[in-house]
Amino acid sequence: MKIINLILLAIKALQRNKLRALLTMLGIIIGVASVITMMSIGEGSKQSINNSLSSMGSNMITIMPQSNEPGGARIMGSSFKTLTIKDVEALKKNAPHIAMISPLASSSGQSINAGANWPTTIQGVSPEYLEIRKLSVKDGIVFSDQDVKSSAKVCLLGKTVVDNLFPGGENPLGKVIRFGKIPLQVIGVLTPKGTSNFGQDQDDIIIAPYTTIQKRVLSSIYFSQIYASATKEDDSDAAVDEATVALKATHKIREGQENDFQIRTQAELMTMLNSTSSMMTALLTAVASISLVIGGIGIMNIMYVSVTERTREIGLRMSIGARGIDILLQFLIEAVMISVTGGVIGVVLGISAAIIIPAMLNWPTVISESSIVISFLVCAVTGIFFGYYPALKASGLDPIEALRYE
Amino acid sequence: MSSKILEIKDVKREFIMGTETVRALKGVSFDVNAGEFVTIMGSSGSGKTTLLNMLGCLDKPTEGTYMLDNVNVKELSKDELAKLRNTKIGFVFQAYNLLPRTTALENVELPLLYNPLISSQERRERAIAALQAVKLDGRFDHTPNQLSGGQQQRVAIARALVNEPVMILADEATGNLDTRTSYEIMALMQDLNANGKTIVFVTHEPDIAGFSTRTVMLRDGKVQKDTENVNRRSAKEALASLPESDDY
Repeated sequence: MKIINLILLAIKALQRNKLRALLTMLGIIIGVASVITMMSIGEGSKQSINNSLSSMGSNMITIMPQSNEPGGARIMGSSFKTLTIKDVEALKKNAPHIAMISPLASSSGQSINAGANWPTTIQGVSPEYLEIRKLSVKDGIVFSDQDVKSSAKVCLLGKTVVDNLFPGGENPLGKVIRFGKIPLQVIGVLTPKGTSNFGQDQDDIIIAPYTTIQKRVLSSIYFSQIYASATKEDDSDAAVDEATVALKATHKIREGQENDFQIRTQAELMTMLNSTSSMMTALLTAVASISLVIGGIGIMNIMYVSVTERTREIGLRMSIGARGIDILLQFLIEAVMISVTGGVIGVVLGISAAIIIPAMLNWPTVISESSIVISFLVCAVTGIFFGYYPALKASGLDPIEALRYE
Repeated sequence: MSSKILEIKDVKREFIMGTETVRALKGVSFDVNAGEFVTIMGSSGSGKTTLLNMLGCLDKPTEGTYMLDNVNVKELSKDELAKLRNTKIGFVFQAYNLLPRTTALENVELPLLYNPLISSQERRERAIAALQAVKLDGRFDHTPNQLSGGQQQRVAIARALVNEPVMILADEATGNLDTRTSYEIMALMQDLNANGKTIVFVTHEPDIAGFSTRTVMLRDGKVQKDTENVNRRSAKEALASLPESDDY
């Protein structure tokens, strides 16, 4: 029989049992729709992490202190004191793939303006820091290298700090606030960045020259971190290698000894976070796939019923010249038709869900073509796989017995 | 001389049921020539059904040869048998075996669907012609449950005719019908036979056998009697002689 006739035959057979076909499809519909929805949620969260990371600067490199004492209790990295201005200078000199560099000396404390006060973090940095972290000044100016040299008592405020210290909405520029006991003149206000993916308010921040913080707040020569940016995103690895060599030299780390610092690139962080969200996506997709398998079993079940129900028809078709393969294809195409139709409906539902979810739950979703193609292929394969055995049973019937079947 | 459509020589068929061997046919031989109208008769257990399955190429003999239109059926594969059934044999069943919820026209088209050489347009034309040949004009779109038993059997006959087989093989084709309708069907069969169709008709009713040109009697897996019908009855006349009160 020609394939077009077989398809028409399958359509007719399904039309005859519309409700049954629909119920059988339901398993596939739910399976495909949930796979697509889950994958789009996973993809969406992955992409929003990536976006927020690259908004921090995709070629950013972070250098943190780390213990190199073997054994003993390991303490949090930032409480080690190994990074100094010497390291910054060594990096500036010996790492050509590092374009910009800024140390970070930070402290938490109370910021005060007249009657208002607000607990926040102050970051002591060099002017390049803003560029490395993709920060910008909305009003006012950035402090200069001269300010760094002279440990000038100036600062930039994040929006949250402004809102809390100047509740009346007055212009903070030129005003003097205090951080702890240190008076600082506000010379700029940062452009708001909003909440980061990890729920951190990125605007709750005061930025000042690192020398000011080191000398006037911390009374320490150490930095908690060094931020740098590679010349290009692709140069990150080269920059990391150069920085490692340079820091090993300044820290006098011998061959075979563990480093007392660690260097992280944004790319690494991205991979790390993505692997977490990938695992979640895989898990959700696996659960959704189970329903696809159940849908397939439903198809198999209904096809067996259909073969039994139509035994006489099969016998008749064989007696008037249908070959085994004709019967096999007739039932196989019917099964595939159920699963593919279910697949199409499932794809449509899945896409609709992926569009509705961001609006209702505020979760980011990204519909990936691959998820549609994959789930569609999977349901076609499901149809073939689960339709094959009933179809094989039908094609193997003995026409004599099938004709006499009651 | 007329050509031989069927040549059956010493055909045996045995079934193995557990440890016992059932010998359904114990050496049957006869020929059917083109244009004959043969009835095969026999009581139940005589091997009638087994012979019919064999003639219909649904089954193969254990021993002996069966030539259908000069093709040795025993040597064919399953698919080749299917093709043979499709092109050379037209089946008519006792229970009609029409596809439910399918129009008469589509039912008649069915055998042609399994012949890839026939276009959809030719299929339709031939199905219409076959339905007209069994006088079912105007019933093309009726489904089996909208047709009477006699009409359903006529659709089945049209289906058997549509692929222009060398032989029509009827299995108790009148078994489910009342006398009048049976005669109508037999009249149709006689018409087809008069137009050159070879018909093999399996029945257990001697009354029906009287309409054919020849009767083969089976008994206990063997041919008991093979006789030409000298006093062949005309089904049309028999129909006319039925009392009027039969019809209501």
